[in-house]
Amino acid sequence: MSAAHRAWLAAVSIAPIGAIASPAHDALRAAGPQAAHIADLWWLTLGVCAFVFVAVLAALAWALWRTPRSDAGTPADAAPAPAAEKRIGRRVTVAVTISSVLLIGLLIASVMTDRALAHLSLDDALHVQVTAHQWWWTVTYDDRQPERIFTTANELYVPVGRPVLVTLHSDDVIHSFWVPSLHGKKDLIPGRVATIQFRADQPGEYLGECAEFCGLQHAFMAFDVVALAPAQFEAWADAHRKPAAEPEDAAARRGRDLFLSGSCMLCHAIQGTSANAHKAPDLTHFASRARIGAGRLPNTPANLAAWIADPQKIKPGVNMPAHLIPGDDLGALVAYLGTLR
Amino acid sequence: MSVRGEVLRDGPGWDSPEAKALERTWRDKPGLVAWLSTVDHKRLGLRFIVTALCFFGAAGVLGGLMRHQLWKPDNTLLGPDFYNQVFTMHGTTMMFLFAVPVMQGIAVYLVPLMIGTRNTAFPRMTACAYWIYLIGGLTLFAGFAVNTGADAGWFAYVPLAGPEYGIGKRADFWNVLVNFTEAMGLMVAVDIATVILKMRAPGMSLRRMPLFVWASLVTAFMIIFAMPTVMLGANLVQLDRMLGTHFFNPAEGGDVILWQHLFWFFGHPEVYFIFIPALGFISAIIPTFARRPMFGHDAIVLSLLATGFLSFGLWVHHMFATNVPELGKSFFTAMSFMIAIPSAVQIFCWIATLWTGRLNLRTPLLFVLGFFFILLVGGLTGIIVGSVPLDLQVHDTYFVVAHLHYVLIGGAIFPLFAAFYYWFPKITGRMLSERLGRWQFWLFFIGVNICFFPMHQLGLEGMPRRIYTYAAETGWGPLNMVSTLGQLIVDLSMLLFVLNVFLNFRHGERAADNPWGAPTLEWAMPSPPPPYNFVALPVVASREPLWSRATGGATHVSGLAAESREGLVTTVLDAVPDVRYSYPSPGIWPFIAALAVGFWLDWSIFSVQGALWGMIPPAIAFIGWFWPRKKETAEHLALEKRP
Repeated sequence: MSAAHRAWLAAVSIAPIGAIASPAHDALRAAGPQAAHIADLWWLTLGVCAFVFVAVLAALAWALWRTPRSDAGTPADAAPAPAAEKRIGRRVTVAVTISSVLLIGLLIASVMTDRALAHLSLDDALHVQVTAHQWWWTVTYDDRQPERIFTTANELYVPVGRPVLVTLHSDDVIHSFWVPSLHGKKDLIPGRVATIQFRADQPGEYLGECAEFCGLQHAFMAFDVVALAPAQFEAWADAHRKPAAEPEDAAARRGRDLFLSGSCMLCHAIQGTSANAHKAPDLTHFASRARIGAGRLPNTPANLAAWIADPQKIKPGVNMPAHLIPGDDLGALVAYLGTLR
Repeated sequence: MSVRGEVLRDGPGWDSPEAKALERTWRDKPGLVAWLSTVDHKRLGLRFIVTALCFFGAAGVLGGLMRHQLWKPDNTLLGPDFYNQVFTMHGTTMMFLFAVPVMQGIAVYLVPLMIGTRNTAFPRMTACAYWIYLIGGLTLFAGFAVNTGADAGWFAYVPLAGPEYGIGKRADFWNVLVNFTEAMGLMVAVDIATVILKMRAPGMSLRRMPLFVWASLVTAFMIIFAMPTVMLGANLVQLDRMLGTHFFNPAEGGDVILWQHLFWFFGHPEVYFIFIPALGFISAIIPTFARRPMFGHDAIVLSLLATGFLSFGLWVHHMFATNVPELGKSFFTAMSFMIAIPSAVQIFCWIATLWTGRLNLRTPLLFVLGFFFILLVGGLTGIIVGSVPLDLQVHDTYFVVAHLHYVLIGGAIFPLFAAFYYWFPKITGRMLSERLGRWQFWLFFIGVNICFFPMHQLGLEGMPRRIYTYAAETGWGPLNMVSTLGQLIVDLSMLLFVLNVFLNFRHGERAADNPWGAPTLEWAMPSPPPPYNFVALPVVASREPLWSRATGGATHVSGLAAESREGLVTTVLDAVPDVRYSYPSPGIWPFIAALAVGFWLDWSIFSVQGALWGMIPPAIAFIGWFWPRKKETAEHLALEKRP
């Protein structure tokens, strides 16, 4: 067991260092009413289950403690006394009755929670379309005025205190939309449209994940949910409705030309340029995103350069091919993408 | 025809000439062909058990690989492609190649002994089923060995396993494995259901039938109703993949949710046909070690039946995150909660039996006590995953991984080890070491809890299932490390079990006929049982035939031929003798038929033509199998009494 012992020591020594800030992702620390309803039901159910667990094991322990011992040669009691059997029978009946009553109680609580989840008020809701792809997300903000509709990827900004109605689509296989801090999950199923509604009541960053196994990079199909105060959210949305700004310095301009003359534009879109493909994440405001590769890496210039050069090394199986780009061209591309705020 | 110049009749006494004649009639000849031809339910059952345990070992190694990949963040031991194969193979092997076959194998071994007959009803079919199972399992692992292991999960959801996204032949191997294992399951289930309903010893009415036999009967019927849907589903996927049909293609009007219904309509009962035989083990073991009959025998029988029925009404609780109608989901929540009631009835009856008994605390009972603890955790978290709102949070996270391992390890593996320690003396004639057994139990109990309990918390902290690695900033590292540590302890416990078996199956302490003082008929013969099981078929007058004093009535059946494989068919309800029955004799055709079926199914993985023309060899083999044989017919006619 020395290997295991070393592993344990390593666990103890690593634990405090491993705690780098990451978006919240705890189903029991609810940041909105939907997750809070579920967390309430969780504590109730857990309490009842813990009670049953302790009670049953106590009965078992009592049986072990008080009954006499025997061995294989002990003559079996083939016809136990009817009076004693009746007494124990009553106890079994009572135990089954209590279990049934507890189960019915939990069932009622479960159905009531279900109703509460369905009854989230959707007045003035923010409408968002989310489409899942292997292994990233398209997020489109709906609006009655078509020119106010805009698209981003792998991030979902929401206003605090305002309900959000997300319409879910899948472009390929089945995925599942899950933000543990805000609500349970809902599958995105090809050929079907589903919706999920939630509200964030506390500003903050929450981790969104794909929860349904969807192939090679199921592990890295995250999105960041950012809940902002309504005014901040509007400012963010207005900024995102604008096309990409014209790059100012020469390196970034060269990067843009490389982007538009190379293979990047075959899949990606940047509003305000001729790049208008939708096979891959929209990059119009790419530099404002916290992470790249659907949660794979922090969005830093070094990570971005490594990603463009060979995404397969970082996220094997991803649909973006490796690019043999000379070092200074790569630098120019990274500089250009860095201007897309 | 006989030593005394007349037809020999069976009768009591293990050294009697009748017993020697029965030995000659039922013993398998030496040699490879005879080994392949055997129809002895004990040899067949043991083959199922040993093969299933080998697959258990293989699947356990795969599980260990996963735990070693996940023990720290950003680990690169396994890449995503291999990891996906590993977890798919782990689940597929555990469910299809271990759990179901091992339970069926134990039933094939024990049921005829427990109900007092000499063989199963259709042993040739069971022999054929064994070879089909073996060939299917080897096919799946052959694919895995050449990097064509199934990789879409043991649930093989389309479209990921469909023609567009399930590239290569990986999903085809999985679909065809389903054909192999479900054919095996159905064949064995039909055999077990028939032998239980029609071949019980005279006097063993349904109300006197041992609880393990009840569990086997319920399981057999569940298999018969559940397995066809997954076979249908897998073949529809195969049609989509091989012929370009569109059953699951939404672009052409197909529906991917259809697969989930077909799969889980089988998949949920599948959990119960692993769990129900295990309940049967528990119900067989507790009375023996509490030295009293089971309290609430009838209630337990009704609970088994209720569990069997209700388990067909739960399947949508695997689909709560899809957009099936909300009202429908509430129904499945209610059903999921309701199935806890029969389980509760059984648990309370077992505790009542222990409470009023005198306990013989040996290793089998120790595993039963471990079962209570582990299964309770799994059952109670089952209530959590059965509730729609809670499931929306924990579904497809490590919480479910924890839940299902508590259920399956608590509900099947602990009872299985209890069963191995309990029946090992009967099967081998040797006792397992009590000391090693206790060590194994404690290591297993502690290891399982360390390995799987932290996963509940990981799930609540947002760790999804089926991810090949995770970033350090998620904070999931430390608990994963603890979990991997638990797995090492479980490994050690498994090694002790292998050691215990290895040391004792030849050289262990000799086992008496009935070393535990048990009440049921399998203990009424020498250990290991002779090929003919009973020198005279018993007549049963109570639920615990070995515990109750002899009544004035008949104790055994006499007059059956000893030089021919003759047995008795009895009525379904009261087991009144009905007709004499000639058991099938050994034959090589079941093996040949299984080879032919294996050839056909394996060919169908690679070609549509193979699926069509490959049917010819099985057709020839089955015709050969069923071709009437003059010698057998003459033998049967000789024994027949004309009115």
